[in-house]
Amino acid sequence: MDEILEILQSNAKADPADIAHQLDIPVEKVCEAIAEYEKRGVIVKYKTIINKEILKNEDEEVTALIEVKVTPQKDKGFDSIAERIYRFPEVLSCYLLSGGYDLFVIVKGPDLRTVSSFVAEKLSPMENINGTVTHFLLKRYKDDGDILILQGKKDTRPLVSA
Amino acid sequence: MMEQSHELQFDLSRLVAGLPPSGIREFFDLVLTMDDVISLGVGEPDFSTPWHIIESAIFNLEKGYTSYTSNKGMLGLRKSIAETIYLKCGIEYNPEDEILITVGVSEAMDVVLRAILNPGDKVAVVKPSYVSYSPCVIMAGGIAEEIECRQENRFKLDPADLEEVCRKKVKAIIFNYPGNPTGVSYTKDELAEIIKIVQKYNILLLSDEIYDSLTYDFNHTSVLCFPGMKNQTVYFNGFSKGYAMTGWRIGYIAAHRDIVAMANKIHQYTMLCAPIMGQFAAMEALRSGEHEALAMKKEYNRRRNFIVSQLNDMGLTTFLPQGAFYTYTDVSIARLNSIDFAKKLLMERKVALVPGTAFSSCGENHVRISYASSFENIKEAMFRIKDFLKSL
Repeated sequence: MDEILEILQSNAKADPADIAHQLDIPVEKVCEAIAEYEKRGVIVKYKTIINKEILKNEDEEVTALIEVKVTPQKDKGFDSIAERIYRFPEVLSCYLLSGGYDLFVIVKGPDLRTVSSFVAEKLSPMENINGTVTHFLLKRYKDDGDILILQGKKDTRPLVSA
Repeated sequence: MMEQSHELQFDLSRLVAGLPPSGIREFFDLVLTMDDVISLGVGEPDFSTPWHIIESAIFNLEKGYTSYTSNKGMLGLRKSIAETIYLKCGIEYNPEDEILITVGVSEAMDVVLRAILNPGDKVAVVKPSYVSYSPCVIMAGGIAEEIECRQENRFKLDPADLEEVCRKKVKAIIFNYPGNPTGVSYTKDELAEIIKIVQKYNILLLSDEIYDSLTYDFNHTSVLCFPGMKNQTVYFNGFSKGYAMTGWRIGYIAAHRDIVAMANKIHQYTMLCAPIMGQFAAMEALRSGEHEALAMKKEYNRRRNFIVSQLNDMGLTTFLPQGAFYTYTDVSIARLNSIDFAKKLLMERKVALVPGTAFSSCGENHVRISYASSFENIKEAMFRIKDFLKSL
């Protein structure tokens, strides 16, 4: 992957001027590359990773990881049924997998009842869906490469050493 | 009851008492009293050891591997090291008797110097250098002949200076590249000039290549790659810098078996062996640590480019270091000596770095700035240094 993307992936707020210094290239080149990535949809958007473990008492929400078994459709395979599912705003992520089930869907809702009713009333009855197994998320240890409990960990090295 | 005197009534080692005092102890003590300091003064990686290496050590501890190992270190690790050296420069070392695992390169340097020196033997030390080389020479009964690398040579060893010292009948030379504190390294052609002189005067080359995997602008060439150098070199390396494994304390030497046997004699009497958990971790690092090592190098390289451009922009002359994770920066524009510069910056802007006098008596105008710190810290520190310079 291009180093500009690598830097932005770890810090969406990275200043193009800083990126230019880090990569020893002109800042104009960095700005052009970023604009091009945005235009092509390579950069989808700039998001913030929030440590919800810290917010959990202030901002209750429930996340469910759902395994979905699907009968693929002629000519369309899994794509059409996947689209029916991922269009729901409750669906955070949707992946096609190999193995014991076909789609892996991550759903978020304000409480257990809302998420359960989404699965029971919208997802399960859908045509071509043969079964679902729902797992409710209990605790986040690591999200998107970041170990949440290590955030804010102090540097334990001596402040100066030869 | 008679009050006890706090004066020690024993005569202590005159050799140790006579060692040159560390000019920066007072500064280091001062740093330790301060809170909320951004430190660019650390001589070790800011990354944690890659998890698969830690996990491998835990796994082996859980299996009950908590004993001593062979004095020379585990044969499996010595074999992996021999293989690594062979892949780097095509030189074969017999893991049975030509490799010794030590407690970091620091112990390795100590035992090797004690193994090779007789009282009064001279050892050339290329300065500015890591703080322990000259004291280790002296503690081993030798005399340190320091060669100062000059700013006009971008702190690279001038072959003419080397030749001048070689004429004084030095037995060995301690040569570290990429170097702490300057970040200087040498291309194959530059090394060839140095090797020519080392061979001409038949000097034992103690080559500390601990930062070899952190070379940015060209591929690192070991001195071992030059014909005839195997028997004239003690090769030092370890796991601390490239794999972020400082606390595991694993280093090693590869050398002629007579040197290894002598060094091992001292090592077995004083250290017995390197810690077994560190040795397991080191084996895992060699087996599958390359990916993480490369990722760390990439990050250091970005920080290097950033920090060098920032420092030069604010008028602090800084050569682009070719390796390690330090810049050796000229602060004479501030009209303060290096200790005063470091102290004032620490007290007024809470940024810590290391005065150049720690590494060389000629380091009055320089400070070592470590970029083994997060990009955010480096950026903030650069902002504070800029602000500090304006206030002078």
